This record gives sequence, C-alpha cells and structure tokens, in this order.
Amino acid sequence: MSAIENISFDHAELLRFITAGSVDDGKSTLIGRLLHDSKSIFEDQLSAITHTTRRRGMEGIDLSLLTDGLQAEREQGITIDVAYRYFATPKRKFIIADTPGHEQYTRNMVTGASTANLAIILIDARKGVLTQSRRHAYLASLVGIPHLVVAVNKMDLVDYSREVFERICEDFATFAGGLRLNNIAYIPMSALNGDMVVERGEKLGWYKGMALMDLLESVPIDHDINLEDFRFPVQLVCRPQTEEMHDFRGYMGRVESGFISVGDAVKVLPSGLASRIKEIVTYDGTINRAVAPQSITLTIEDHLDISRGDMLVKTEGDIPRVTKEFEAMLCWLSEQSLDPRRKYLVKQTTRVVKALVTRIDYRVDINTLNHEAVETLKMNDIGRVALKMHQPLVCDQYQRNHATGSFIVIDEVNNNTVAAGMICPVKD
Amino acid sequence: MDPLLRNVQEFITSVPSSVMKNEPAASKRRIARQLGHLDALESEAIHILREVAAECTNPALLFSGGKDSIVLLRLAEKAFRPGRFPFPLLHIDTGHNFPEVIEFRDRRAQQLGERLIVRSMEDSILQGRVVLRSENQSRNAFQSVTLLDAIAEFRFDACIGGARRDEEKARAKERIFSFRDEFGQWDPKSQRPELWDIYNTRVHPGENIRVFPISNWTELDVWEYIAREELEVPHIYFAHMRDVIRRGSGLLPVSHLVQPQEGEQAENIMVRFRTVGDMSCTCPVESTARDIGEIIAETATTRITERGATRMDDQTSDASMELRKKEGYF
Repeated sequence: MSAIENISFDHAELLRFITAGSVDDGKSTLIGRLLHDSKSIFEDQLSAITHTTRRRGMEGIDLSLLTDGLQAEREQGITIDVAYRYFATPKRKFIIADTPGHEQYTRNMVTGASTANLAIILIDARKGVLTQSRRHAYLASLVGIPHLVVAVNKMDLVDYSREVFERICEDFATFAGGLRLNNIAYIPMSALNGDMVVERGEKLGWYKGMALMDLLESVPIDHDINLEDFRFPVQLVCRPQTEEMHDFRGYMGRVESGFISVGDAVKVLPSGLASRIKEIVTYDGTINRAVAPQSITLTIEDHLDISRGDMLVKTEGDIPRVTKEFEAMLCWLSEQSLDPRRKYLVKQTTRVVKALVTRIDYRVDINTLNHEAVETLKMNDIGRVALKMHQPLVCDQYQRNHATGSFIVIDEVNNNTVAAGMICPVKD
Repeated sequence: MDPLLRNVQEFITSVPSSVMKNEPAASKRRIARQLGHLDALESEAIHILREVAAECTNPALLFSGGKDSIVLLRLAEKAFRPGRFPFPLLHIDTGHNFPEVIEFRDRRAQQLGERLIVRSMEDSILQGRVVLRSENQSRNAFQSVTLLDAIAEFRFDACIGGARRDEEKARAKERIFSFRDEFGQWDPKSQRPELWDIYNTRVHPGENIRVFPISNWTELDVWEYIAREELEVPHIYFAHMRDVIRRGSGLLPVSHLVQPQEGEQAENIMVRFRTVGDMSCTCPVESTARDIGEIIAETATTRITERGATRMDDQTSDASMELRKKEGYF
C-alpha cells in the first residue's frame, strides 16, 4: 500500500479569491459583510471599528473600516497593492487578495489574480456595466482565473429590481461571451444590508440562485490544476554524502502539474536524457505516487547530470517547448518603462536567464481593448511582445499550464520585479 | 471582430478541449481530492524554503522556541531531509524570555543536530547599542538592533521567519519574500510585486530579504499542523496555574520584571500563553486547555485575535507593528 493513502487528509479545502471593484462599488463593505456575517471578525477588531465609526460621528458599524489601511497609506493618501485576509467557515478556508481599486489597477489586479481560483467583479446596480467592469473581466480572462462571480451590488438603491439585474447580466454576458470566461455566476446583492451575501435576506425573493457565501463554499476547485501534464522543475539537488547515504542523489522540487508514479519513464529537459523514477521520497517515507501540488524528492534509475533549472517530464504525453524565443503577454509593473535596448533577467520556474525584448507587437488599451502600436510599455501597460533568451527555457503556453507558462522580469541593476509575463501559444 | 476577442482568442488557441473544459479523468481527480488544506500550505512552505536555499547565498532561520518557528523547523525537515539544513538557526535573545522556552529552544536544536546561533540583547546593551529607559521596559522593539547586528556579523542575505499575515494588518500587506534595505528597513510603499509563486530573491550586498514561508497560515492552521505532526511545544502553551496581574484589558504574568503596582493585586489563576515573547509584555489568556486538542477547540471558537489578546506593545498605537517593522523588526 502506498504511503499516500496513510496520510490523514482533512477534507476542508482552500479557496483563494480576489475582489475587483473600487470603494465606490462597495467593495470594502462587501468584504466587511462577508467577514462579519460569517462571524470571522474578532471582538477586539469589532470594538476598534465601532469606536472609530463613533469617533467619525456615525451610527452603527462601518464595515468598510475593517479593510482600512496602514498609517503610511492614510498619511500619504496612497494604497498598497495587495492585502491578504483569511477566514474560514465549517466548509472551507478562504484567502482574499484584497486589491485597491483606482490607480495602478492593472498592476494590483494582476498581482492578486495570479494566485486566485475565483474573482468577484463588483458592479454598482445603478451604473451597470462600465468600462471598468470590462477591464476587470479582461484582466480576469488574461490571467486565466477559472471562476468569475459578477456581484451586482447596491440592489437596495434600485428597489431590488429584477429587471435592472437581468439587464446588467445580459450586458455583461454579451461582452464576456468572447472572453471565454466559462464559469460566470451572477448574484444580485446589497452588501450594505446583507442581502444575498451570507444571508439571503427578504428583498430578493425572485432570485433563485445561490447567495455569495453558498457559492464560495461550494464552487468546485479541485480541477483548477492541470492534471494532464507532469511538470517537475528541479529546485535543489540533495546529496547528503553521509556514510549510509553515500550514493543518494535526490531531485527536490514541487510537482507543478500532473502526477508521477514510481517506474514512470521520464525525460530531463533541456538535455533530453531519459530515465525512470526509482523512488518518490518524502519526510514521511517513500510513496508510490505524487500529484500536483506536492513538494517531493525524486530519485531516478540512472546517473544523469541534472541540476537546478532542469525539468523532469513524462516521456509519454505532451512535452513542453525548449526554446530561446517566445511571444508573451507582458504586464509592465515598474515606474521605469520598458527599455528595449536593455537586457533583463527572466525567471521562469526555477530558471533565471538573460533576455531581450526584441519586438513590441502592440499595447492593449484596457479601456477600449484596442491594439495600439507603441515604442515602449509603461507601468500598468499590457502588451504583446517577443522575447529572446540567452539560454533556453522549458515552458508551456500559459493557458494550458500556469506554472510553466508564467514568468517575471527582473531589472538587473536595481533587482526590482518590473514585469509579469504569460507565454503565448506558438503561431502556426 | 472586437479587438479584445481577437486578442484573447489568439492567446488561447490550440488548447486541447479536455484542458479548457477542465475535465480530467475521474480517477486523477480523486488523487487531488485527498490533499487537504494543510497539505497545500505545507507544500507551499517547502517550495519557499527550497527557493531560499537554492538562490540565497547565506540564509538563516529565526528560531525562538515559539509555536510558529517550531512549525518552521518541521517544514525545514520536510524540505531538506535526508540532507542537513542549508542554514543555521538564529535566535535573538531579549534576556526577557521565559526560561522554559529557552530550555526548549536548546533541546530542539540539539535533537535536530543543526547549528544554533544565539545573539543576545544583553550584549547589545553592554556595548551601548541599545539604550533602555528602564530595566523592566519591554524589549520587543529593540530586538531589531541585535537582529540587524547579527545579520551584519554573519552577512546573512536572507532571514526566514515564522510571521503570518493573519496576525496583524501590517503583516497582511507584506510579501512572502520581503525586501529590506541596508538599514534593515521595510518600505511598505515600494514592495516588489509578487506574482504566482515566482519569487525574486535578488539583493545587493548589505541588503537582505526576510522570508515568511507560513505567511498564508492562520493560528488555527498552526495548531492543527502541530497536532498532525505531533510536535512538542513549550509547556507554557498549555493551561497552568500562574500568578498574574490584571492591567488594562489584559493579564500580565508576575515575574522579576513585572510586579504588582499600587492598587494592583496578584491572582493565581488558570492561564495559558497564545504567543511566547518578551515576558514583560506577553499576556497569558484565561484557559483550561491542557492538550493540543483542547487548544484547537479553543482557537476555533475564540473571539479575540492572537495579538489583540496577548501583546501589550501592539496596543500602544494603531500602527505599532508597522512602525517596528519599518525599523527592521522581522
């Protein structure tokens, strides 16, 4: 019997989600409402915000204060990109990546979205689908978030009108149809009054779908990971060189996608050398099979030259590209614009290589979604570019495999992370 | 055609339908199901530790003997055994630590057979690097001086710590790989964006990175993991009888540092600690939880945050943690 069956797994799962919208859409109130009604707010937090609400001369509790920022933000009127919040219900654990709404929106949302299973796009029922909503939907599809919730908020201000809600749904669906956003749920709500957030409330009786919390607790997330293609970037080589383990040579890393069993034929990329899996070693003993996203140590039958940056894949099935050139969608994150004359560093899986941007195909105007010819990419710009690397990378296209299709760009001079990239499919 | 559609369709062409529709074979799906949230958090932390080991030249792991760093040590075992840890353990001893925690720290390091470096604030005080107003003052904030000195002495370019984002709102906005300048300062405004799980570990000489592998864990996750892994923790985490003073909204343990002031009276009651830190400002909570199972039950139903209940120094201002972090606190 394999050891994997001996581990006692708990069945609670972890859902990571992002909230897209500005303060005006009631985003802070919605998060506050989720935390409050799911009893995830602690008494000391509640007494602090009750106190602040009163000090500001208001009655009751202003739930938006729960997501109030740091002193640095209040003093300087700035917002720091992503704050992470945690709560749990008996059914699931949740991580919210809370990103501020206005300036630098692209940078913030892409950062928060990169690890999210689900995005909540907030729409003000009075205003309907705005340019901003289109932008959010585009970014969600670009980053490939598997699930989308369109939260039509402030229904209390449109008399809980079914007609208004349905018109907004239609508008959004028309637009989103082309984005290949498959799993979209629409929920009417009033975060302020608590309708359809955790409780169903009494005003939206005509709506028969799930309230937001029911949906968050039940949306299936176990197949968000690519389970088809085994990808194992080597992080470290373990050679204890002690007497009893003199010959041990283990390849440490995380199964980024797919699964692997003892005896499977594998190939090392970029070298192309082949071998078989001898053991799957963990601290808790050897196991017969490992699956994404487990961190493990592999040993193989043959003595091959394998080091950090190499990738083990199965001989059978889809094989990643080994290439010095690819095209990618690049989201520029730095105040210093892209300089096509300069060399940058690209970090993809466990490889870091020098790279040049050889061509900028276009910039996407995220308000009109038109393509524009540009000479450079500035902060918050998204564009399609061609990159040329000094050394080959082992990669998949992003939409098939987020783990092996994503990369960051680092400025060698100041060491800042200046861009996030998603590798495009090869053109025929 | 709408340019957006063209753009997106171009981007996702040639994806096999099975992948797009998210339809793995039923048997494969079951394998993934077996993994629970603790496994996901564990695997993420192991991945982070290995990235530090691979990319940083001279890292250290901050080990205090507290529950979070106890979890870190188990994660390091999972990440690096059968090899040795690719870094030493480092403890900044304020001189105000609970004796049972110090005893536990030394014993655990010895069990693991790993190197433990201790740098003490007493030395920083003797050297005149730290000047306190009074002997009994909380030393929590001044740890930063000794920590930064130790970083300079050993030229550490990365310090791995057990901080969690659910602890405090300044922590909630901090990266997993948190860059510090040559003065050890955290600048919340100019943090490096952190996308997917691709970490930028690059620093110039003199700068360093603080790494928090259990950023995404909650207090409850930590206790559930301790239970699952059957990890030993210092006894003061369990309910015991102790002399305490009620001060402000909290309880303070009576020790050579904290004595009843006028109008206060020591009481002997059943308490436990939720965090272990500086004896002069770490408050126990009233509790009858005598084992890990009871602690988990209590943690799952508590209505007060970990730091709200236990750290007097966090209550001095709305931004105490933020201010300490900017000065190099971990």
